[in-house]
Amino acid sequence: MDSLTNLLTRVLSGDRRAVARLMTMAENGDAGAREAMAKLHPHTGKAHIVGITGPPGSGKSTLVDKLALEFRRLGKSVGIIAVDPTSPFTGGALLGDRIRMNAIALDRNVFIRSMGSRGHLGGLASKTGDLVRILDAHGKDVILVETVGAGQSEVEIVRTAHTTVIVEVPGLGDDIQAIKAGILEIGDVFVVNKADLGGADETARELDTMLDMNPVDTGWRPPILQTVAKSDTGILEVVDAITSHMDHLKETGNLKDRVREREKTNLLELVRDRVVDSLMENDNERGLEDLVDSIMKYELDPHTAAERFLKPIR
Amino acid sequence: MDRKIRVLVAKPGLDGHDRGAKVVARALRDAGMEVIYTGLHQSPESIVEAAIQEDVDVIGLSLLSGAHMTLFPDVMRLLKENDAEDIMVTCGGIIPDSDAKKLLDLGVSKVFGPGTPTDEIVDYIKNNVEPRE
Ligand SMILES: Nc1nc2c(ncn2[C@@H]2O[C@H](COP(=O)(O)OP(=O)(O)O)[C@@H](O)[C@H]2O)c(=O)[nH]1
Ligand SMILES: [Mg+2]
Repeated sequence: MDSLTNLLTRVLSGDRRAVARLMTMAENGDAGAREAMAKLHPHTGKAHIVGITGPPGSGKSTLVDKLALEFRRLGKSVGIIAVDPTSPFTGGALLGDRIRMNAIALDRNVFIRSMGSRGHLGGLASKTGDLVRILDAHGKDVILVETVGAGQSEVEIVRTAHTTVIVEVPGLGDDIQAIKAGILEIGDVFVVNKADLGGADETARELDTMLDMNPVDTGWRPPILQTVAKSDTGILEVVDAITSHMDHLKETGNLKDRVREREKTNLLELVRDRVVDSLMENDNERGLEDLVDSIMKYELDPHTAAERFLKPIR
Repeated sequence: MDRKIRVLVAKPGLDGHDRGAKVVARALRDAGMEVIYTGLHQSPESIVEAAIQEDVDVIGLSLLSGAHMTLFPDVMRLLKENDAEDIMVTCGGIIPDSDAKKLLDLGVSKVFGPGTPTDEIVDYIKNNVEPRE
């Protein structure tokens, strides 16, 4: 308890080692982490959280590096969380996003953390959320969260952001499917990176057409911007768009709705995790296996089996 | 608890090859660790800063350039200045025995000679990382 209070004091006073350690505890699901996160909560809610997502190799990390530099020029402190997939077979991960983040690596007002997606069953967004809250409490003005735009869990991470930037590259081709699968609806700012490769105008036009067909009207028309992140071209415009989006959220009152939606989703996720955890305790794993056996023998249907499994907490 | 060993693999100095470092990084990943790979030409400052932010258990430095006697003292000093001496440091590359001895005196945990099987590196890290509470 005392060491926990000490850790919290250090996090709030800006001690980078303490911040990093608390992040590890949160990621590991350490018993002390929950208590620490509870005490941290009143110190959060000040940062602008920006999700950056898109296909592998589209230049997200390079863009994040340049965006961070630009936010620093504007006098804002920056936190970065870069999520990469964990191998489902070995549990290991190669986290290489820092390779592209050299411009800001030595800036004491920037904190970069790499994160493996691990085996968090749908809980990845909530873990990422914990790291975001720690950086928020630590006093970072802008928090950039990089994820690979591939699966549902990444989409959920992005939902924890105030502003979502979708990074694409010229020649959408196969990505059209991915875009249809929900990326389009969650994008607040679209970036066609690698505009030096040619074909960027066409990709931007395709995106524009698709946005025209988006049935949801929030009063914010997502801008489509072209960048060459590698050579620092078009970055200012992206920063402007991110900032304008936040202004829009504040002016329209949509900010409160978004945060509320986020807290609700997060709460539900936590409840779900804990319900499952508590059902799996008390030797109930055997019970689960038995129910599965019954389903396979056609003695029980899945819904009835679920009812029975839930009995201890009904 | 879902604890993972976290390792920073960095390639300080000016020479342009990181094949060896990448091989080690992959082996550690395949052994279930989270490997933060920072790429070429890292300065002692950026290595230590990354190690702190990433809260790694181990820093694995790979170098060929013969600059180890200038780089390592800096890394060890910066770790100390940042209250981070508990992070284990290992080193791989072509390092003469006399220098290896000096590095160990500086607080480097282990020097792996060229051609050390990756299994040996994995085992060393698994067996020597202190469990943190
Ligand atoms: N041609 C070109 N290459 C870029 C640009 N931005 C990034 N890259 C390169 O694309 C590759 C992947 O970049 P990275 O930032 O790691 O992509 P991520 O996987 O989306 O994070 C790297 O080799 C970058 O140097 C760009 O604007 N133009
Ligand atoms: Mg990346």
